[in-house]
Amino acid sequence: MEAKKGPYLYGLIAEFNNEHEVVEAAKKVKSAGYTKTDAFSPFPMHAIDHALGIWDPRIKWFIFCGGLFGCIFGFSMQSYISAIDYPLNVGGRPMISWPQFIPVTFECTILGAALTAVFGMMALNGLPQLYHPVFSVPGFERASQDKFFLYIESKDPKFQLEATKKLLEELGPNAVSIVEDMRDDH
Amino acid sequence: MATETKYEEKYNEPILTGNQSHEVITDRIGSIVLSQEKHPNIWWGFIAFGVMFTPVLVFSIAYLVYKGIGIWGNNQPVAWACDIINFVWWIGIGHAGTLISAILLLFRQQWRNSINRFAEAMTIFAVMCAGLYPLLHTGRPWVDYWIFPYPNILGMWPQFRSPLVWDVFAISTYFTVSLLFWYIGLIPDFATMRDKTKGGVAQKIYGVLAMGWRGSARHWHRYEASYLILAGLSTPLVLSVHSIVSLDFAVSILPGWNVTVFPPYFVAGAVFAGFAMVLLFMIPIRKWYHLEDYVTIRHIDWMSKVMLTTGLIVFYGYILEMFYCWYSGNIYEIYLCINRLSGPYALSYYALIFCNGIAPQILWSPKMRRNIPVVFTVAIIISIGMWLERFVIIPVSLHRDFLPSSWGMYYPTFWDYSMFLGTMGFFTLLMFLFIRFVPMLNIFEMRDLLYKLNIDPSKGAGHTNVESSKKGGN
Repeated sequence: MEAKKGPYLYGLIAEFNNEHEVVEAAKKVKSAGYTKTDAFSPFPMHAIDHALGIWDPRIKWFIFCGGLFGCIFGFSMQSYISAIDYPLNVGGRPMISWPQFIPVTFECTILGAALTAVFGMMALNGLPQLYHPVFSVPGFERASQDKFFLYIESKDPKFQLEATKKLLEELGPNAVSIVEDMRDDH
Repeated sequence: MATETKYEEKYNEPILTGNQSHEVITDRIGSIVLSQEKHPNIWWGFIAFGVMFTPVLVFSIAYLVYKGIGIWGNNQPVAWACDIINFVWWIGIGHAGTLISAILLLFRQQWRNSINRFAEAMTIFAVMCAGLYPLLHTGRPWVDYWIFPYPNILGMWPQFRSPLVWDVFAISTYFTVSLLFWYIGLIPDFATMRDKTKGGVAQKIYGVLAMGWRGSARHWHRYEASYLILAGLSTPLVLSVHSIVSLDFAVSILPGWNVTVFPPYFVAGAVFAGFAMVLLFMIPIRKWYHLEDYVTIRHIDWMSKVMLTTGLIVFYGYILEMFYCWYSGNIYEIYLCINRLSGPYALSYYALIFCNGIAPQILWSPKMRRNIPVVFTVAIIISIGMWLERFVIIPVSLHRDFLPSSWGMYYPTFWDYSMFLGTMGFFTLLMFLFIRFVPMLNIFEMRDLLYKLNIDPSKGAGHTNVESSKKGGN
């Protein structure tokens, strides 16, 4: 497939002054039936998650599996080494002397879970991703400082440029901007 | 009842003062990183100290590797001395960072938001200094990778029944997890710095470090889940690390080491020393960088309370050690205590009791906890006391063991001192570079704190004038 040239419409974004306005706006956008939405805020806000219906429990299961893997790996590694590959009889004690394997098993569990927590979060969030079309929205640098943004993707089934823009403008934002990919190929 | 209300009113200071908004917070903390002018001249003084003493560390290590560990004062019977004392001392200092960032997060102590970044940085740098000692003490640091269980042609494996091998896993996991935890916390702040800088190399570097973070609600959702679980994982981890360090001693049969109270007593001691170090850095820095609005007198009060509590646990440990000597009825155990009280190193034991047992008691008084010179002095005394504690546990227990024929004395050499001073220089250098280039308070968590205080001003904040700064309606 040939890459499309010129700007490609990603969606519409509205800028708000404070956390309360953006939450109210998000509730209205949700009740208008939009599903492919997102918000940008300088700190985590549970109210936004509720308003937009954001819920993703996958990371917790990933971390559980990572920890479980670390645990099994740690214990079986020690058992294999101490009982099979390099059996060393210390005072006639059992080869798999499990109480003494607990500290290392524990550390491996934590390490496995922690690595999954960090890299799983990155992977699910699609980071690192140094470029994203929202970065070219004027004033977006304040999303990491003190402004709040509400975003509707063009892929949303209800998305219609004019109607959606009108809806966002009625919510009382500072500005509504079009998000476009300015790269030549995308 | 009347006095109680009075006390409440008098000592219920806010945890965030001044006229605050998201913009003000971002600017006050972020601008420190962006402009050299925000740094007082004393910053150069500390950098100079670091630049002077880091080479001392490098040279001490180089000579040690060249000549061998015989240049240190430890030998039979005192085979463990300054190297292990300093290892335990540094790693203990690191523990406050994890306690503040993880345990206080789980307990929903919002006041941690303004000190956690700083304490976590301290953790990482302290663990780096700590790790040097056992790695060099192996004598042949170039084959240190043998301590890891990797498939090899030597036909050998580590002995997993030894606490020293547990230590390897504990310290390396602790360092990795602390670093990840710190970095994850930094990502949104790096994004802020990327957006605040006006182009140039700095923006590119912060941009890469932020990995394209854009504050998306969907990202924050997973981020928070992951961060909270990391805190939950770090909590047992930090308890396990110092417990395992203490097992290096407790599993042996040496009088003075073979005590079951060691794990909790070491963990409390670590937190004790760590909070003292946080205060030692935080007290001058909040003044030099005008951060009194974020690190308030209430924070100092709370940190002093944690110090007092852990200090009491440590003191209980000392009392229990004496009790244990007597109660065991074992002549070697009893002699250990007699030797501590009246042997050649008795002075260090009395100094220890003064530093860790008596001096912190002044913190019972709320007035004293708010007196900054007093708290600062107590923090210095505790830092010295915790070093002495390890001295009393390690060389003093070793120098007179079971047979009088194998008794000896321990004297540190020039290289013991130079290496310790070198690690201090290295630590200082890293801390002040951190202050220069990384936001030293967690900006996004401070915004979060402001947001939560605005929703419910009664929670945690006491009488705050944050209310007045609120822009827009509820």
